[in-house]
Amino acid sequence: MTILSIEHVSKTYGKLHSVRDVSLELGAGERIALLGHNGAGKTTLMRMILGLTPVSAGQIRVLGRAPGSRKARTAIGFLPESVAFHGALTGREQLHHFARLKGVKTALADTLLERVGLTHAMNRKIRTYSKGMRQRIGLAQALLGQPRLALLDEPTSGLDPISRHEFYDIVDDLAKGGTAVLLSSHALTELESRTDRIAIMSKGHLLANDSLAALRHAARLPIRVKVRATAETADQVADALGGTRVNGASVSLEVQQEQKLSLLGQITGLGDVVKDIDVTPASLEELYRHYSVPTKGGE
Amino acid sequence: MMSVLAIMRLELLIARRNMWVATSLILMGLFSSVLTLAGGAPTGTLGVDPLLVATTSITTLSVYLIPLIGLLLSFDAIAGEAERGTLALSLTYPLSRGEILLGKFLAHLLVLGFAVAVGLALTAGLTIWKYGAADLSYWPLLKLFLTALALGAAFLGIGYTISALARQTGVASGIVIIIWLICVVLYDLGLLGALVADAGGSFTKTLFPWLLVANPADAFRLINMPVETVATLASGIGAAGGASGLAGQLTSLLAWPVLALFLAWLAFRRVEP
Repeated sequence: MTILSIEHVSKTYGKLHSVRDVSLELGAGERIALLGHNGAGKTTLMRMILGLTPVSAGQIRVLGRAPGSRKARTAIGFLPESVAFHGALTGREQLHHFARLKGVKTALADTLLERVGLTHAMNRKIRTYSKGMRQRIGLAQALLGQPRLALLDEPTSGLDPISRHEFYDIVDDLAKGGTAVLLSSHALTELESRTDRIAIMSKGHLLANDSLAALRHAARLPIRVKVRATAETADQVADALGGTRVNGASVSLEVQQEQKLSLLGQITGLGDVVKDIDVTPASLEELYRHYSVPTKGGE
Repeated sequence: MMSVLAIMRLELLIARRNMWVATSLILMGLFSSVLTLAGGAPTGTLGVDPLLVATTSITTLSVYLIPLIGLLLSFDAIAGEAERGTLALSLTYPLSRGEILLGKFLAHLLVLGFAVAVGLALTAGLTIWKYGAADLSYWPLLKLFLTALALGAAFLGIGYTISALARQTGVASGIVIIIWLICVVLYDLGLLGALVADAGGSFTKTLFPWLLVANPADAFRLINMPVETVATLASGIGAAGGASGLAGQLTSLLAWPVLALFLAWLAFRRVEP
């Protein structure tokens, strides 16, 4: 079921085109990561989905409703980039307030505080919270009432690695419950195993929108193979496979996907001289660089 | 409706934490007590209702204090939230901007009303303590309370309008102080100057009474000072302004809150967080 549909949406501020002809669909339970430089148009796109900023052209529908309509807003959980709250309130008071606005029982808010690991600090004023703790309150309010669509703008900034891991566990649970998740992030490595699709934006254009595997395939970025031998045998390995020697005892090669298996066969054929092999496909960072280099002229 | 109550509840909590409630209470309580105790002294055996004397002094004071408290409570309401970044998140929740504004307004009006009520209760209590409960008329006190609410509501609305237009608390606070100065001091001075220059001409008779009540602070002053009291206790421009009558004063005091809140809503609607 389509939760969010974005059709040929553009946003212009005077002469500045911050989003250009972006189309994207998001189904129930899907997790999409939206990648892009600062100023690529990610936040503007989210603000248009929320109805905070009107679209200049095209159409956005949240569960078939116009963005900003009461039904659409009820269906969305939003975590803004650098989320802020009134410092004079306690975490619990703030979350109870949001629960009332969403028409959710306040007892549920307490459960969410526990879910994001803030029970110990919930009666402290928010001004005493660390950035990570405020981010957790932000996540908790976005989860209120099991939203049909979760928009998370740079959700893991300010979180330590352990908290990031916990955060993605919560996102996974959310998606399993049927919530469509659209999240933007700069921390690319953490997204690789945690999203179903990757959408890449640059200068307002949507340049890629597919699964990681499909993006890798389409980009045809080489796979890096590193073969470890010994200082004595490295030359022999390099001669046989045709790579470059690195670190004295290893040989590094780059191949395309279709050559990978034959290369591995060749390496196995070398026998005992091979001590170890590392096969690294193109990382998300490399893919991101590949796709975000402007290919469309006239920019 | 539940959203309005939720916003109101949160704003009351914040007002209490920010000491706005305490500040308003101390201001109104302190001045009311001092004026009641000191204001009664010169009347002696003149036979003037001591409560009337007290309310007259408190009216004069309220003309300055109520707009000030109203503006102080409201100038941060929208600009502050926009600046802190809390507004964008609030606006993604299923409630309208009108509901947000109404919730804040009700909370702030409650704070203001509470402060005024405590001040006036102190006045009544102290008067009874000094002169006994007999022969006191409580109508002026009640009238003062109700019109103070209207005056406060008008300035709350003006404060929200400026808060929404300025979008920065620093700018908003500067503008509200200027507005306050104009409404409670400069406006009257200007009119007085015009009055003197006109020397009893057509301006004094036709335009002036209406210009005077057009300022809610002056309408409040006129409505709470009986003409004879104005004449005996507060020689001022009130006597000349009486010409617009109660209807004009009431219209001003009732129309200003509605108009100011409507303007605030219009300005708030244009705010893109």
